[in-house]
Amino acid sequence: MKVTIDGQSIEVEPGTTILQAARMIGGESVPPAMCYYSKLKGSGGKCRCCLVEVSKGSEADPRPMPKLMASCVTGCMDGMEVNSKNSDRVREARQSVTEFLLINHPLDCPICDQAGECDLQDLSFEHGKSKTRFIEEKRTFEPEDIGPNIQLHMNRCILCQRCVQVADQLTDKRVHGVLDRGDHANISTCISKAIDNEFSGNMIDVCPVGALTDKTFRFKSRVWFNKPFNAHRECTTPGCCGKTTVWMFGNEIQRVTGRKDQYHEVEDFICNTCRFDKKEVTDWVIEGPRKFDKDSVINQNNYTRKMEIVHIATEEGILKGREQDRKKISMTAIPLSKEEQEEFNNGNL
Amino acid sequence: MSIETISLSGRKMQVSNKEMTFFERLYLVAIVKGLIITLKHLFSRKVTIQYPEQVRTRSTVYRGQHMLKRDEQGRENCTACGLCALSCPAEAITMKAAERKPNEKHLYREEKYAEIYEINMLRCIFCGLCEEACPKDAIYLTTSKVLVPSSYEREDFIFGKDRLVMPLEMAIKNTQLKNAN
Repeated sequence: MKVTIDGQSIEVEPGTTILQAARMIGGESVPPAMCYYSKLKGSGGKCRCCLVEVSKGSEADPRPMPKLMASCVTGCMDGMEVNSKNSDRVREARQSVTEFLLINHPLDCPICDQAGECDLQDLSFEHGKSKTRFIEEKRTFEPEDIGPNIQLHMNRCILCQRCVQVADQLTDKRVHGVLDRGDHANISTCISKAIDNEFSGNMIDVCPVGALTDKTFRFKSRVWFNKPFNAHRECTTPGCCGKTTVWMFGNEIQRVTGRKDQYHEVEDFICNTCRFDKKEVTDWVIEGPRKFDKDSVINQNNYTRKMEIVHIATEEGILKGREQDRKKISMTAIPLSKEEQEEFNNGNL
Repeated sequence: MSIETISLSGRKMQVSNKEMTFFERLYLVAIVKGLIITLKHLFSRKVTIQYPEQVRTRSTVYRGQHMLKRDEQGRENCTACGLCALSCPAEAITMKAAERKPNEKHLYREEKYAEIYEINMLRCIFCGLCEEACPKDAIYLTTSKVLVPSSYEREDFIFGKDRLVMPLEMAIKNTQLKNAN
């Protein structure tokens, strides 16, 4: 079947959705998706971010579809013509959807641990306005503790239900679902039961916003100060691939996540042991730096190249200074590690 | 006209190697000419000022030392989001975030606050990008004319929260002023 998206044609299998076809083409015409997750069955169709205009239904029935279609749940037809980024109607619709999603969002990005890798941030950067028209009070929920590893911020949730699908499809005992209806709808663990399944940590990775975040990483650092590296370990948990991204700050592993692709979807799900318990460098085999988009905030310092030590031809004492001057003057409350201290004493820091 | 004879600036002169006459060799005229220039400067407007007694007005965009602001209720605005450190071209700012405890709600405005906040004044170039990046109106470059004091020790130039956060009395005074208006 031949589909044309924004003037670019591609041959696809029957049963492919418009969003999947657009992702095969790639580039700017890929609609943004907040709730669709290719690794989870039955996801999509909830957030309406991926609306596209179908200007020609199919070869057999060339009439355009009267309303904008959610591309993640609309199947391709032979000869279909779709406008995504090219259409003003789509752009306006996406702007409105973004505004609706942000109505109850607290906009506390400076505090949120997801900031820098948040899909909602990307969406509002692309389609949002810098002003709000909403003057009413935002919907708020009482903070709820859902266990020692995962932090739930219900105020930030956009009800994409990806986490519910993770609970449904990856864990054997679902302890996590959507409660109440309409404006009061919220994600809960059903009577605040702690989520203790081995794969429950994956809801952190699938959450497009900062509603579910890693409690072991809470307020430790901002994501752009950490350096992501590909790493793997022999994981004994059945079903866990052991392939992860470790986020390092110096020689310290601050966070472990799954490996996310360009659409922020994990390549493979990982278990809670890998994610929360293995924070030592010796636990992991580090493969090398992870590549990121050139304009990603995470890539703000190019750390993929090896730093070379500059040798300056001068007397040794001048560069290293006197021994009594070799002391840590910044962040004195946080002492250096033993190895760092040794390097420091030798004047190499 | 050839290029040799054109003078774009109007100040082009022909250089000549002609011998000075006896009168010119006495330099009397030249000395008098020079003295006239000196005398003229004696009566013209002075370009210097008597510094400690007289002070020039500063530019309206003058940027002095930093201050971490408090809000009307005296709580610290900074949430340690790290955007100032990210935007700093001199890498002068470092910080460490911490979570606010329930009994500290009167001290910090948001859930997260900067436990340690340091500006290395040896590195700072007073460009004001931190102020521009701050989403919480926390860091400001004040119009304070106090310069960073000189010292022999490098650690004296690392300004921590003790020297950066707005004094509580100032916050109270600001609130009173605001309420009065």
